[in-house]
Amino acid sequence: MTPPVPLLEARNLTMRFGGVVAVNNIDFTLREVELRCLIGPNGAGKSTFFKMLTGQLTPSAGTIAFRGTPIAGAASHEIARLGIGIKTQVPNVFNGLPVRENVWLAARRRNTPVQAKRLVDEILEKIALTPRADDLVGQLSHGQRQWVEIGTVLAGEPDLILLDEPAAGMTDEETVRTAEIIREINQTRALIVVEHDMQFIKMIAKTVTVFHQGQILMEDKIDAVMHDERVRDVYLGKKVAA
Amino acid sequence: MTRFAGRPLLNWAALAAAVAALIAVPEFVEIFTLMQFTLFAAMGVLALSLGFIWGYGGILSFGQTAFFGLGGYAYAVSVINLGDSTGAIGIAIALPAVFAAILGYFVFYGRISDVYLGVITLTVTLILFNVVNATAGDEYRIGAAALGGFNGMPSVPTFNMPGNPSMVLDPTQGWYATGGALIFVYVALRLLLRSPFGRIAVAVRENEVRASLLGYDPRLIKLGVFVVGGAVAGLGGALYVNWGAFVSPTIFALSLSAEIIIWVTVGGLGTLIGPVVGCFMIQYLDSQIGTQQTFNSNLALGAILIVFVLLLPQGLIPTLRTLAGRAIAAPSRTAAKTTVAERPAEARQ
Amino acid sequence: MDLAFIIALDVLNGAASLVLLCLGLAIIFGMMRVINLAHGEFVMLGAYATVISANAGLNIWIAMLVVAPLFVGVVGIVIERCLIRFLYGRLVDTMLATWGLSLLIVGLVTTLYGNTIKGVPTPLGGFSVGAYKSSYYTLFLAAVALVMLALVYVVMRRTRFGLVARATMQNPGMAATLGVNPSRIYMMSFGIGAAITGLAGGLLAPVSGVVPTMGAAYVAKAFITVVGGGSAILAGTASASGLFGLINQLGSYFTTPVFGEVILFISAIILIRILPQGISGRFFKGSL
Repeated sequence: MTPPVPLLEARNLTMRFGGVVAVNNIDFTLREVELRCLIGPNGAGKSTFFKMLTGQLTPSAGTIAFRGTPIAGAASHEIARLGIGIKTQVPNVFNGLPVRENVWLAARRRNTPVQAKRLVDEILEKIALTPRADDLVGQLSHGQRQWVEIGTVLAGEPDLILLDEPAAGMTDEETVRTAEIIREINQTRALIVVEHDMQFIKMIAKTVTVFHQGQILMEDKIDAVMHDERVRDVYLGKKVAA
Repeated sequence: MTRFAGRPLLNWAALAAAVAALIAVPEFVEIFTLMQFTLFAAMGVLALSLGFIWGYGGILSFGQTAFFGLGGYAYAVSVINLGDSTGAIGIAIALPAVFAAILGYFVFYGRISDVYLGVITLTVTLILFNVVNATAGDEYRIGAAALGGFNGMPSVPTFNMPGNPSMVLDPTQGWYATGGALIFVYVALRLLLRSPFGRIAVAVRENEVRASLLGYDPRLIKLGVFVVGGAVAGLGGALYVNWGAFVSPTIFALSLSAEIIIWVTVGGLGTLIGPVVGCFMIQYLDSQIGTQQTFNSNLALGAILIVFVLLLPQGLIPTLRTLAGRAIAAPSRTAAKTTVAERPAEARQ
Repeated sequence: MDLAFIIALDVLNGAASLVLLCLGLAIIFGMMRVINLAHGEFVMLGAYATVISANAGLNIWIAMLVVAPLFVGVVGIVIERCLIRFLYGRLVDTMLATWGLSLLIVGLVTTLYGNTIKGVPTPLGGFSVGAYKSSYYTLFLAAVALVMLALVYVVMRRTRFGLVARATMQNPGMAATLGVNPSRIYMMSFGIGAAITGLAGGLLAPVSGVVPTMGAAYVAKAFITVVGGGSAILAGTASASGLFGLINQLGSYFTTPVFGEVILFISAIILIRILPQGISGRFFKGSL
């Protein structure tokens, strides 16, 4: 029996900006319906990695395959159509459009008008923004815009969801709710979550990949990572000291 | 979208009023005024084309007259060859659309930035002007039609009843055709904006990166918007040539390109009615200035454009809407419901 | 042989005119990122200043080389203070306002002087190469273009103003913390760009039709040259002017002047498509 094709597989992935190597020759594999957390200090290459996965950057070297299809250097919309959705670090939404329209735009692409409408209503409930469905997103709070973006990503029904700091700027209550939603999504879909908040990671994570200076420092179960000396040095240690 | 979807009654009333005005105008005005209104309506179609691509697609074309002029010439050449205006109007719409598709492919798929888009559309307009200007002499003919170079093409046959070349429209019927086309294009664009394509186009204008991360190809969407704009401008060109029974290279003039931009800026970017209102007002003003000799109309147009950019960048219609919204003290929910239409600033970035 | 020489002179002439036309725009657009659609009208104002003062009895050389740049430079500073400075960073609004400005200036000049004005004769006279004739003025234009390139280089590279100006364009906030007044620098740069453009207008006055609408022909040419040249104002302007001058003159020679211009425009569009960063972005990275 041949081993199953992984959902996502990156090989020798490298991104250079001029003389700076932001991502340096990393290998990364994700199974179907896996939940992975990425941690690492600022500048470790996590966001660059996400940008390569979504076609916003073309890797300097290396390959990325999504279910066996090569996607390195493909256009963002082509990758999105294959089934990768992203919530970026700074809310990247249609500020000038109503909440409902934001979610609809994502829902409409794969659905009939009737299905799309139903999906939008469902998601508005899930992100608790039904009462503000007709307000412009630009008028919402930062936290609410994060929710709009999460809702938008969900409405696109991707098989792999990338979340860049989903809990940033959220209240404790919202953070717990975000973790719940992530676990729920993970019933059927794979996720990669970048997060700094270790409390949050503990709520959701099984396996954690640690980025450091553009390379993968280690990849292991959450408990092993949290007790690892090297990780403490480069990341947690720093954070405690700070 | 929500703004209009929520008020269908008002929309129907406005449409009925527009049609009623279309029908009633010939009863009340002299033939000279009617002809002038016909010209305004033809230009109104041109205004809509830029209002659509700039306001809803975020594409600032400095050369919308390229499509307008191509439409005009395509109409003139085909009506002379075909002898019937029915197909000629179709060609006048199709040819600029195809041209817009080619140019748009080149620009949007070449990832040429917005600033250069302006430079390129401007340059293309100049190219067309130069080329057509140089076609004086008998060797430049397309079928039976001599292009005439800088002299233009005189005595272009005007519109006839569809399929019946012997029944040429009289000025009143010409007004119905032109004014009717303006209303038709307005309604068609309104509907297009409420369709998935229109809503996605607005999303692309709002945030291109987000749209592509959702799986929409911004290049394709922009190309679509640009082609629609080209087709509408082409129709405007045919209406314009029908009005004057004449076409010359000045139809490609940069001064006209500038004027369209002024119409849209004055009337209000991000609305469809604004560009039409701006077009009518500026053209009326232009015709009034034309009747006296003390100062040049460029002077007035330039001053108006500067004043609007500096002091009233939103344009008349959005400003009036904001004021009206305040005056009737609508509940804050309604105010919050304002759509992209009131956000021209974004479209300009 | 004689013909080749004359064609070479024509190419030189075309390139020199483009350099003169574009240098001011390269400063205003290339450095300050202000899209000045009234650029053609600055040329026109320079030409009018020359023609009017020469017709009033002033020496033609003084009219071209002193009056035109001074007058347009002052006009530029006034415009920067009254209009442009409110629009920095608002690219599209700047385009719209300067287009309005362009109409305004055309309208104003038409109102004041009518649609035509008596021109000035081309100074210096001509010379013959075999059966072909050319004028010394062509050579003079080329010389002035070279001098202007050198002058801008020296000012930008070797003077305190040049250093401060380049620093301000890079980072106005940082420059301000160093005690520079960015607003003043912008004003001066715009004025200098305008003055150079006025000089171009003055120099072109004897060899072109001086009418209020003459600017329209220049604005697109100047823009595609600057855009085609890319961000390095000198290397870009010089190389794009050379290339486009060559294309324009050869095209004109083998077809007609009108199609020469058309060929120029088409090649410029293709160049922008192939090299979005311009010639200097590809070949002269980091030069001035």
